[in-house]
This record gives sequence, structure tokens and C-alpha cells, in this order.
Amino acid sequence: MDGILYAIAIMALGGLVLGALLGYASTRFRVEGDPLVDQIDSILPQTQCGQCGFPGCRPYAEAIAKDEADINQCPPGGDENIHKLAELLGKEYKPLSAEHGVEKPKQVAVIDEKICIGCTLCIQACPVDAIVGAAKQMHTIAEDLCTGCELCIPPCPVECISMITVADTPSTWKWHKPGQQRIIPIVPVGSEMGSEAA
Amino acid sequence: MKLFTFKGGVKPDPNKTQSTQLPIAQAPLVNRYIVPLHQNIGGTPRPIVQVGDRVLKGQRLGDADGWVSAAVHAPTSGTVVEIGPHITPHPSGLPTDCVVIEADGRDAWIERQPFDIDNATPEDVRDYLRDMGIVGMGGAVFPSHVKLSVPSGKHIEELIINGAECEPFISCDDRLMREQALEIIQGSLLFGRLVNAGKILIGVEDNKPEAIAALNAAQQQHNAPVAIVTVPTIYPTGGAKELIRVLTGKEVPGSKRSTDFGVQVFNVATVQSAWRAITYGEPLISRIVTISGAVAEARNWSVPIGMPIGKLVNLAQPRTDSDGVIMGGPMMGFRISTDNAPVIKSTNSLIVHAPGLFPPKPAELPCIRCGSCAEACPQELQPFELYWWSRASKFDKLENYKLFDCIECGCCDYVCPSHIPLVNYFRFAKSEIQAEQREKQTADAARERHEFRQERADREKREKAERLAKANAARQAAGATLNASGAATAVANPDDAPDISSHPDQASTPIAVDNHPVLDAAAKQAAIAAAAERARLKREHHAVKNGDTSP
Ligand code: SF4
Ligand code: SF4
Ligand code: SF4
Ligand code: SF4
Repeated sequence: MDGILYAIAIMALGGLVLGALLGYASTRFRVEGDPLVDQIDSILPQTQCGQCGFPGCRPYAEAIAKDEADINQCPPGGDENIHKLAELLGKEYKPLSAEHGVEKPKQVAVIDEKICIGCTLCIQACPVDAIVGAAKQMHTIAEDLCTGCELCIPPCPVECISMITVADTPSTWKWHKPGQQRIIPIVPVGSEMGSEAA
Repeated sequence: MKLFTFKGGVKPDPNKTQSTQLPIAQAPLVNRYIVPLHQNIGGTPRPIVQVGDRVLKGQRLGDADGWVSAAVHAPTSGTVVEIGPHITPHPSGLPTDCVVIEADGRDAWIERQPFDIDNATPEDVRDYLRDMGIVGMGGAVFPSHVKLSVPSGKHIEELIINGAECEPFISCDDRLMREQALEIIQGSLLFGRLVNAGKILIGVEDNKPEAIAALNAAQQQHNAPVAIVTVPTIYPTGGAKELIRVLTGKEVPGSKRSTDFGVQVFNVATVQSAWRAITYGEPLISRIVTISGAVAEARNWSVPIGMPIGKLVNLAQPRTDSDGVIMGGPMMGFRISTDNAPVIKSTNSLIVHAPGLFPPKPAELPCIRCGSCAEACPQELQPFELYWWSRASKFDKLENYKLFDCIECGCCDYVCPSHIPLVNYFRFAKSEIQAEQREKQTADAARERHEFRQERADREKREKAERLAKANAARQAAGATLNASGAATAVANPDDAPDISSHPDQASTPIAVDNHPVLDAAAKQAAIAAAAERARLKREHHAVKNGDTSP
């Protein structure tokens, strides 16, 4: 009987010691927020797609900060982001490296819910927890959370996930930079406009 | 009453007399109404009807989505024939979801009931106005119930009812004040009561003497505690911040809300429709629209929301050379992209365009930094600086020059000797900045979710390691005890670690004492393969069926 108590005591102690050690380690060896990495990361689009060759935007940001990666490897960020990175780091702009991919309009993934078998593999692949659904149930993608990384597509055993381009709506539409054509018919000074319509 | 002035402003030819000669006319019934769900600043109402449903005039079609949103209603009785995207009056010309109603010609109302305001809490009243679809009708379409909730600790000293109507060609408020002065006074009193206002001021530009006389008569008739204040005609006195300045002398910075300064502003048509909603149980399903420009008969019409603009404009007999329609006025309006777009809650005016009505401006010349634009700007901005940085797409610089204080009134544009389409540049820059902010928000949210997910994965790993360590320790301890006591007794209880022995491949990771049974890899693969096979069969089956029905 004593033996069992002894065993329990050792077990509990071991657990405590190891737990404390792990807890300590997690604070001691935590990656300190590096301001440069943070700045780079804040420019990256957070699609978390891995096309840059790193497992997410932050690892890529860290690599750029350490000068281990070029600034033109992120297709979702595209040209605009390369310009921003170049400006931030005082580097020369260079076009997007074709080997990493091409810039395309923002897309989101949709699951064909009629075909989905609820295997949860896509959930495990989604880097931003945008897919909801329990085991053996149909899964859905929250459109506003999906970053369009496409990581859920290969794991799906029944190929029921596809990407659709996000269309502009009146609330996301942007005014064009003015050309010669006036969009707003501001009345010209001193014109006789309108009198003929009376 | 002492009046104040704001800096700048311009005096374009008002061009209002053309459309104020005739009384407001009721637009005839048409056979189809297109009611956009999103007609307010804020959340898009969710449709609560289905295709095929029969609806009555005034029946709710979409429920407010969230606090900053307002319901939409059927403008006439009939059948819902479609819920889908249609082009509505918007500078983008892009479609948005609409409820299309085929009218049955009976124009039969839902049962209307006055709202028992005396036994209602202020929250009840606000909820009611939201459900009646009451939004700002001066053009901003901001849900009125939101503006009626005064932040705690603030007191509305002055409630301003805006009857200035400063933009050329537009006269819908003028005619409404002349014809429905009493309802406007009553609506003003209603809103004054709801916000517990110190005083109520109705500001009207001095180029509308008939409207002022009508309001005064109605005020005297009821001895209402409302002051009708005549203000000078200077564009853009009808801007909320400008009217506040003229009537109270208070200067509300662009970043602040007027309630912080004890003022709130509503349009005359807004208080009138809110009063009708309370008194008669009528939701907001129609509005007054001025039709002018290149037409034979310019006048104001009372128009059901959803009426196609082309049909409405035809009532005014457009000139044969007309080539388009502007919604709004010539200072702030925009060309609509199709005649099929419907009248919406913000359609205050439609100007039929024809060559010669607004002669095209000469081409844009370089800015000579004359400073006329800054002199004309009622918001005291420096438009030439805003223009410079907008043109260069250096959006971060624009914050210093308070781009978002610009009310897009067009005064700078109006005076610029170089004919620079300044407001177009500002709208371009604003929408770029807003898009960037939206992208940033989504990126931040994605980063947060990604980090959260990684933390969870790390935690799971850590917990697994801890369990592993514990189990190992227990085993060792057990072994030690065993050895120490030398007794080969109960410890090898089969309940303790059956999985370890039965799964030789996992013997090195005794942690498999998991609560949920894990299928081993092969079994899982088999299950997935079977599922995939099933899905493929199903898909093929579908394909065959489709092939059959559509030869
Ligand atoms: S390529 Fe994908 S993972 Fe890499 S930085 Fe760009 S968005 Fe992030
Ligand atoms: S991977 Fe495919 S089948 Fe599996 S849950 Fe996701 S969508 Fe459904
Ligand atoms: S009015 Fe026109 S030309 Fe003069 S400073 Fe302004 S933008 Fe330049
Ligand atoms: S449009 Fe903007 S910048 Fe131009 S005068 Fe009006 S408020 Fe000022």
C-alpha cells in the first residue's frame, strides 16, 4: 500500500516539476517581439499561405529581418507590398519573384456542402480557423475570415473545396483617380446653366 | 436671434424656381418596384420575405441588422418576384441585393396603428423608428434612432432641424415645408421631446420665404416652442457642421460628434416621416423627389421607394436631347448608370442632363497655388495640399491635412481657376484609404487568429509532453516500487495500460492512453478512401442525371 502512495507522490512531484520547468521555459525562451520583425509583419498580408517558402507570414518576416530572404517572395502582398517593404528596409524594389507565384485578385474558399464528408482535414489545414464543423458533419467556411490561402484544398479527400474571386460591392468599391472626365458636374462659375430649363 | 458665419462658401445660381412653381404631385403606380435592402449607413437589412410571398403596402421586407441599421418596407401591395442583385443609384454602378415587387394595383396597406408613445420608454421609441425604416433624408441616410440616443452625461442644448436646402436645383424640402409645415413642426417637437432638447431651432435659407411663412403660421397655430430661424443663402449652409456654426456659433471638429457639443441635427423630411410613423403607423416607403434640368415640367413628386428612375423622369417629359440623369445636386451629385435604378431613401433630386445644361469644364490645368480653394472651403482646409498628395497617391500625408474633415461640398472645385476636379481626387483618396484600413483590419484579425491557433497547437503539444512525462514517471515509480518491494502484485493491473501492449508501434509513446480512441493510420486511410469513392460515385451519378435532363 505504501508503495502505491509513494508512486503517486513521485508522479505528482514529477508532474509539478516538469510543468514548472515547461512554464519557465515558455517565458524564458519566448521570442521577444522584435520591432523590425513586427514592422515587416504588419506590412505582410497575413494570408498565411506559405507561398513565400516559410510556414506563415511571421517566419517570413523574421527571415527578411535577418536578411535571409528577399523582399519579393509574397504573391498575395503583390507589388504594393514589395514597394512598402523596400521603403521600410531601404532596399531596392524588385518585381515579384515568379518562382513563388503570381499576384491575383482576392479569393475565398467555398465548400460544396453536398459533397463534404465531414472528415475535418480542412480544419486542420486552415491557418486562421476560418472553417467550422464537427467530425462527420458538413463543414462551412466563414467567408469574412478566410484569407484565401488555398491550404485547405489539397487535403480534402473529395475535392469539394473551390476558390471564388471576391466581387466588389458598392461598399468596397473604390473611386478611380480622376482622368479628364468629370464625375461630379460641379456647376461652373458664372455659367448660365439651368436658365434654359426654366 | 444672433447668427454666426462660417468661413468660405460660394453662391452658385440656386436654380430652384423652376421646380417650386407646382405643388408636390403623387407619382402614379407602376408595375414593378425594386427595393434595395441596403439603404442606410450601417448594417444591411436581412430579407424576411421569400420569392412568391404576397406583401401589403408597408409590410416589412428586411429587418435591421444590428443597432446601426434600419428596416425596409414594401412600397405597395403585390408579390415578391425576385430577391437578387440589381443596380441601384450609386457612383460605382455596381449591383446590390434588392427585393423586387410586382404590384397588384390595389395598393392595399397593412393594418396601421399609431404608436402609443406616452406609454413607451425611449428605447421602445428608438426600436420602433428603426423598424419603421426612419433614416436621415437629407442624403446621409444615417439611421435616425441612433442619432436620437444621446450619450449619457450629455445634454442636447440645441436641436437643429435642417431646412436650409442649400444645393442648387433641389427643392424637395422647400415644397415639403410649404405643404406640410404642421407635420414638420410636430415632428420637431417629437424629436425635441425624445432628446430632451433645451431648444428647437429650424434653420431655413432666406431664399425660401414661402416655406418660412408656412412654418411660422404652423408654429403660431400651436404656439409650439420652436424657433424658425432665417439664415443667409450661402452654399453649403445646409451642411450639418455649417448650420450648427451659423445657428449656435459652435465649432464641431471633424473627428468629434456634434452631441459632444450639445447639438444634434435632423433634416425636415426626417422629422416629418418619423412623426407620421408614430402618429399613423406609416413606415418610410416614399419620399419627395425634385425633378428638374432638361425637362418640360420641373416639379416635385411624392415617389414610392423602389420606383424605377426612368419611369419617374418620364413624368417630367425630358428634352429629346437629354443624355443621362444626375442624382443629387450639381455640386455633390453623381451620374446614375442606368434608368432602371430605383428611387431610394436618399434620392432627393434627379436632374435630367443634356448637352449645354452643364457645359463641360475645360481640361484640368496645373495648380497655380492661388489659394482660392482654401478661401472657399467651409471646413477651413487647404484643398490644394489635399489635391497634391491625393494626386501623388501619398495617402499617409493626407491625414495632416485632415482629408476626412472634407465634406465633399465642391466649393473648392467651383472656384478653382485651373478647373481641377478636386473633389474627385478627394473621393479617390478617401476610398483608397478606407480600403487600406479594411485590409489592415482583416490582416490584423487573420494574424490574431493565426497566433491563437499556433498557441493552441503549442499548448496541445505541451500538454501531451506533460502527460507523457507523468506517465513515464508513474511507470518508473511503479517499477521502482515493484523492485523495492519485490512483490509481483497488483501493479500490473491490466486496466492501467492495455493500449500500450496492444499497439506495439506506440509502445515508445505510452501517451496513447488517450480518452478518444484514435483510429490507426491504416484504418483512417481506408475510411477516407472509401468516402472518396462514395463521393465520386455520387458526383458521377449527379452528372449522369444532369446529362439526362439537359440534352
Ligand atoms: S506568401 Fe503567404 S505566408 Fe508568405 S508572407 Fe505572403 S501571405 Fe504570408
Ligand atoms: S476536407 Fe473536404 S470533406 Fe473533409 S471536412 Fe473539409 S471540406 Fe469536408
Ligand atoms: S484653386 Fe485650384 S489652382 Fe488655386 S490653389 Fe486651389 S487647386 Fe490650385
Ligand atoms: S470639397 Fe472639401 S476641400 Fe473642397 S471646399 Fe468642400 S470641404 Fe473644402
